[in-house]
Amino acid sequence: MLNFSTLPQGEGGLKLLPMNKPAHMGRDASGGEALPPLFLRWFESRGWQPRAHQLALLGLARAGKSALLIAPTGAGKTLAGFLPSLADLAAQSTADPQRKRGLHTLYISPLKALAVDVKRNLEAPVAEMDLPISIETRTGDTPQNRRQRQRRDPPDILMTTPEQLALLLSYKEAGEFFGSLSCVVLDELHALANSKRGDLLALGLARLAKLAPKLRRVGLSATVAEPDALRHYLMPQTGDEESLSEIVVAPPGARPEISVLTPADEGREEVRIPWSGHSARHALPAVYEAIRANRTALVFVNTRSQAEFVFQELWRLNEDALPIALHHGSLVAEARRKVEAAMSAGTLRAVVCTSTLDLGIDWGEVDLVVNMGAPKGASRLAQRIGRANHRLDEPSRAMLVPANRFEVLECEAARAAALEGAQDGMIAREGALDVLAQHVLGCACSEPFDPDALYREVRSAAPYRALSREDFGKVVDFVSTGGYALKNYDRFARLRPNAKAEGDMRLRAASPAVIQQYRMNIGTIVEAPMLKVRMVKSRGRRPIGGMGGRYLGEIEEYFIDQLSPGDTFLFAGHVLRFEGLAETEALVTKSNAAEPMIPSYYGGKFPLSTYLASRVRRMFAHREEWAALPAPVREWLEIQAWRSVLPGESNLLVECFPRGDRFYLVCYPFEGRLAHQTLGMLLTRRLDRAGARPLGFVASEYSLALWCLRDPGLMHERHEFTMAELFAEDMLGDDLDAWLAESSLLKRTFRDCAIISGLIERRFPGQEKSGRQVTFSSDLIYNVLREHEPDHILLRATYNDAATGLLDVGRVAEMLKRVKGRILLKRLDRVSPLAVPVLLDIGKVSVRGEADEALLSEAADDLIAEATRLV
Amino acid sequence: MFELKRDISATARPSLRVCGQVFDLLPEGAAWMPNERLLVVADLHFEKGSAFAARGVALPPYDTRTTIARLEALVAKLRPQTLVALGDSFHDGEAADRMAPDDAARLARLSRSLDWVWVAGNHDPVPPRVFGGAVKEELRVGPLTFRHEPQAAPATGEIAGHLHPCAAVRVRGRRLRRRCFASDGTRMILPAFGAYTGGLNVLDRAYDDLLPGFDFHAWMMGARTVIPVSARRLEAD
Repeated sequence: MLNFSTLPQGEGGLKLLPMNKPAHMGRDASGGEALPPLFLRWFESRGWQPRAHQLALLGLARAGKSALLIAPTGAGKTLAGFLPSLADLAAQSTADPQRKRGLHTLYISPLKALAVDVKRNLEAPVAEMDLPISIETRTGDTPQNRRQRQRRDPPDILMTTPEQLALLLSYKEAGEFFGSLSCVVLDELHALANSKRGDLLALGLARLAKLAPKLRRVGLSATVAEPDALRHYLMPQTGDEESLSEIVVAPPGARPEISVLTPADEGREEVRIPWSGHSARHALPAVYEAIRANRTALVFVNTRSQAEFVFQELWRLNEDALPIALHHGSLVAEARRKVEAAMSAGTLRAVVCTSTLDLGIDWGEVDLVVNMGAPKGASRLAQRIGRANHRLDEPSRAMLVPANRFEVLECEAARAAALEGAQDGMIAREGALDVLAQHVLGCACSEPFDPDALYREVRSAAPYRALSREDFGKVVDFVSTGGYALKNYDRFARLRPNAKAEGDMRLRAASPAVIQQYRMNIGTIVEAPMLKVRMVKSRGRRPIGGMGGRYLGEIEEYFIDQLSPGDTFLFAGHVLRFEGLAETEALVTKSNAAEPMIPSYYGGKFPLSTYLASRVRRMFAHREEWAALPAPVREWLEIQAWRSVLPGESNLLVECFPRGDRFYLVCYPFEGRLAHQTLGMLLTRRLDRAGARPLGFVASEYSLALWCLRDPGLMHERHEFTMAELFAEDMLGDDLDAWLAESSLLKRTFRDCAIISGLIERRFPGQEKSGRQVTFSSDLIYNVLREHEPDHILLRATYNDAATGLLDVGRVAEMLKRVKGRILLKRLDRVSPLAVPVLLDIGKVSVRGEADEALLSEAADDLIAEATRLV
Repeated sequence: MFELKRDISATARPSLRVCGQVFDLLPEGAAWMPNERLLVVADLHFEKGSAFAARGVALPPYDTRTTIARLEALVAKLRPQTLVALGDSFHDGEAADRMAPDDAARLARLSRSLDWVWVAGNHDPVPPRVFGGAVKEELRVGPLTFRHEPQAAPATGEIAGHLHPCAAVRVRGRRLRRRCFASDGTRMILPAFGAYTGGLNVLDRAYDDLLPGFDFHAWMMGARTVIPVSARRLEAD
């Protein structure tokens, strides 16, 4: 047995610090596996000892078993995943140095940058032990000639992404290329598995299992609530029983130190915790002080626009000219790389960043993580906290900065969850049909496939376990001819019978053009249509693009659509003046204005997780937990209890009160903005039918407010309808369908599904199609398809997506079930303290909804006189 | 925040004069001359869907029947004597061959039920003969000339299609973009009628020589009526 005593710390790259506590082992792991002498000597030469979970994985690998490793950041997770491959490759080359080997190990990461970083870290031990092992990366950035060479002459270890795996599998020689593969390592599996990208990867793994039947899979993951879901994901599901991989759990790191920043902490009573809003502007001086007091801080925010705002405000306070940088996904790649390099070099004091830095690259020196606003999920917070201090035996330090009163409660709930190591549950998902369509075409590009055989293979991928043969057949038809009831396209089919022999049921890609089309459109990430932002000098009436000018990054088209020339907004750390559009570029000039005219909307991008929501509800219900809250928040709750009542753990509080010439209904489901918007749409329809004459609604993360011309509380009292009827579960039937069909959310989702499934292209060979054109045409396609074939498989895929993602229908359903028979109506003479935040949002957020027609006629009202003068 | 607006504008049928000739502008995207009992539509692009399918993009094959159904509904409602299709009625030379047989039969039935004029367009310089009707490069009715591609101003009395005009306007912070008729009172450009036809903003340079300056209106398509908006009020894309 090895001795797990504390040893000196490792430097840089791989952090192989041994732990004090013995590792918790999986069922079949012996834990006593010995390293080859060469490796032992290497560990010793560095003054290290292998960790228990590293040895456990080695043992499982030798037994040919697949495994999931759950370990905190800094636990030597990556080396644990690769150690068996390195040992095996070293042994192979000793046995027969001349033998030509094929690809041995494939590493798949959700991030290109992570693949590059891990390669660099792995090269150190390989070089130091002088192992004859070749390691290469392959990403979208890899030059064409190297990619071609890699296909002819693969390295021992290839580091890549799910999209590149799909691409490699679509080549004719995929069988040969992957035939020698002995191990696949999936990094950050918790971030990949439960998404469309995870579906694509699962299908790729099913294919790999067929090409290399002895393939071992290793999943590397942060702590998750339900590890069995990932163990299931890792294994080919061929039998009737669920097959689970082995599991190895490394001990957690030191408990983090987490504080929630409130004005009282700052000793400045004049700073009040805002009632609503998401900017946390009031707290920025304290955040700046925290940056000053630490070596390097990561300041996480939830949206790009909030990143811009916080960055701008911190620089306004930055009297010491501390090097504070900005990092988000819309910035030009070069700017991002510069920040990353400065971070690695340790020259920055703070980086304001979005979820782009949630995962991945190891920056050792970060000693404080600041989370602006509420973290929205326990797992997200744990991940972010893990970005600070990658040394296991020292606690990570984090500061949560609530932007309003509700967020104070959410931050406290999140802190409690993080200290307990509690995680959000995963919502089980079924494999998406649009992703399956993409995969089926990819299979046809590689070699002719037999539909029955491919169906069996696809069902061995965990997300597609429940797929019916009928639906699979529909997907194949869709890939071939669109799968329409009107069989008008048979002669244009993309799949043709192989027809080499009698009884050959196989299908193949119809032409090289089909294959090229597939390869141009791989992937499941459909970006919102983006426009390039270019800085120009002139302010001509029609500024001309392509006149040079610095390219600052990309911005969502819907944001630019809201701007008129002359409007100013924040981007890339500057106040910019919008000048106009040229092709797919937004032209801007630098503005001298201190404040942008167009405020960005600071609402969170991520919905409040179900788990965290339940903890927030619990805080309301349990007064003993209020001790942690700052005085103003406590008072707020006390007054609520006195004036109305506090929401309970399992009931639904509904308040009705008059205000101005309207009657308000405010409820507190705590299910996140998306679910509340869906609920708002549905309640509006019901209130309308009941004669309450609703006029509008506004949803927040925690509550929903509707306003009507009649008093819903009084109507309930008079038995015109009951609150139980209003919130009855059957709301999700016809009302939802009717509303959904016309919803712009559904049209946007349809566009994504149409692109992923390969119905419409991201781009034609040699011709980039701008998002602007795609958006327009996909709406027309949607309308026509819905009119003629409402049950088409692509519409089903769209509906499933919208119901789980944008609309959170599942969450609304769960909530309605939970509160059935537990609706607590409180009629009040005026607004309650708890209702204030959501009512303050009215008028702050832009008007949306079903009022387009009325707005359009408004455009004409003042012009009709002028217009009729033409007559 | 969501707001409901109740009394959505009246369903009046706005009319417009071009060289003194009265046109009712219909929210379906067609223009109606009540005095002549003449219905004008532009850019039907029959079989655009199957043209994409031939290139490996299998769009739903229902665009032709959607477009025909919309035409049938208008004909049933207005009972026109003449229907003028202002060119680009067929997406390409093989469109008629690709058309589903029942769609083709339905179109033939419709086109033979009244005086049908196929104006030639750049997509269909020689429209197929199987659907009956007259084929013309241009059609003259009183002071008006019906042709596919609009000519540089002044083109007094011209009724044309080709450009698929659309317009965008901002109302209370919300941007609305719709197909539209564009007219300065001396000429008119019709929106595309086909189910799979996109739009080109009337502030695009392509219109500079046709409707110079801002002395024209975009008659934007609402759900139940057509809304005139001054070009000065419009936004570019």
